[in-house]
Amino acid sequence: MVREIENAAGIPVVQIATIVPIMLTVGANRIIPGVAIPHPTGDPGRGPEGDRAVRRGLLERALRAIQTPVSEQTVFKS
Amino acid sequence: MMTKRVVCYINQFFAGLGGEEQAHVPPSSKAGTMGPAMQIDNLLGEDAEVVGTVICGDSYYGENMEKARVECLELVSAFGPDLLIAGPAFNAGRYGVACGDICKEVSERLEIPSITGMFPENPGVELYRSGTYIVPVADSARGMKNALEAIATLAGKMIRGEKLGAAEDEGYISRAIRKNFFHEVSGARRAVDMLLKKLDGVSFNTEYEMPVFKRVTPAPPVMDMSKATIALVSSGGIVPRGNPDHIRVSSAESYGVYDISKLDDLTPEVFESIHGGYDRVWANEDPDTVLPLDIMREMEKEGVFAKLYDHVFTTTGTGTAVSHAERFGREIGERLKKDGVDAVILTST
Repeated sequence: MVREIENAAGIPVVQIATIVPIMLTVGANRIIPGVAIPHPTGDPGRGPEGDRAVRRGLLERALRAIQTPVSEQTVFKS
Repeated sequence: MMTKRVVCYINQFFAGLGGEEQAHVPPSSKAGTMGPAMQIDNLLGEDAEVVGTVICGDSYYGENMEKARVECLELVSAFGPDLLIAGPAFNAGRYGVACGDICKEVSERLEIPSITGMFPENPGVELYRSGTYIVPVADSARGMKNALEAIATLAGKMIRGEKLGAAEDEGYISRAIRKNFFHEVSGARRAVDMLLKKLDGVSFNTEYEMPVFKRVTPAPPVMDMSKATIALVSSGGIVPRGNPDHIRVSSAESYGVYDISKLDDLTPEVFESIHGGYDRVWANEDPDTVLPLDIMREMEKEGVFAKLYDHVFTTTGTGTAVSHAERFGREIGERLKKDGVDAVILTST
């Protein structure tokens, strides 16, 4: 899905998920490792504030990935 | 044992009618054998007899598929067959599609087995391998002899009512069907054996073959975030409560498009997870942990980017066929392009 959206729309698609090898296999070009499989964009264990902070951090990284030129599949670890 | 009745399907070329200039000929049939059917009849021996041959032009079939399918089915059916053998089509695309299509139709309608032969990259393989048995053959008729022998071997087993084993053992292309059976060696042992072979650089067969995946050139980055519209997409199964579009909890064949233009937060009162492939406890307490609408809205209000696209696209990505996922992606991508969206954040579980 990620690959075909990028292909059809010609716009950057950043994927946030937890299993990086799968994102590499399906052809995602901008990859953000998520928190956990059942809650990739949050960390409920840290309480409401911590959860939001984690989510904010991941999305800021995603926006940075969207603004970064890449020539191959790239994992944005931080 | 009663002699089984076999019908063969061939195209205009192998029937000796001509090449491309005769590819438009409509279906016809002839009692007995013709072209490669003759050799198939010989190879099948005493157990079976080719009682008839159905012929159709490749272009006729390709251009009038629904009509040709009905006409050919009728001609095949008239011979009262126990088995249909089509082709082999080698790497001829139209012929491969015609062979696959009539095999699938005959197997479904007449409830008899069918076999065809194709070069593995023939487009007919991907389309019809689940609906019939496709023997892998060479890319041209130079491989006719081997192809017919392989087809006749598989046909012989079917005619004798033998139970067929795994695709690679029986010499046909995987039908993408998994059958459970008890193995004499435990899974742990087999896995370790496989690992040892891998470490030794010795060849081994996986028990779960992964499909081949494709790549796309990375799209250029967004230059000015303050003018950018960003869309959220997810395969994490977050949908409005009650799953109004009946998206399947696994092996999804559809996705939903939901208006979030008036929402600042995904709350459990309004949204839920229906994904069948992970523990939904957290997602159902706060759907933003899978589809992060709240923070995206917050950043939009702060002006970090210009606009959050007013719809989200969601499906369940578990057991979902690659072909369906690709179609969802194409359709979503086309819509986003049309609506001038600049980038996508896609979350998966």
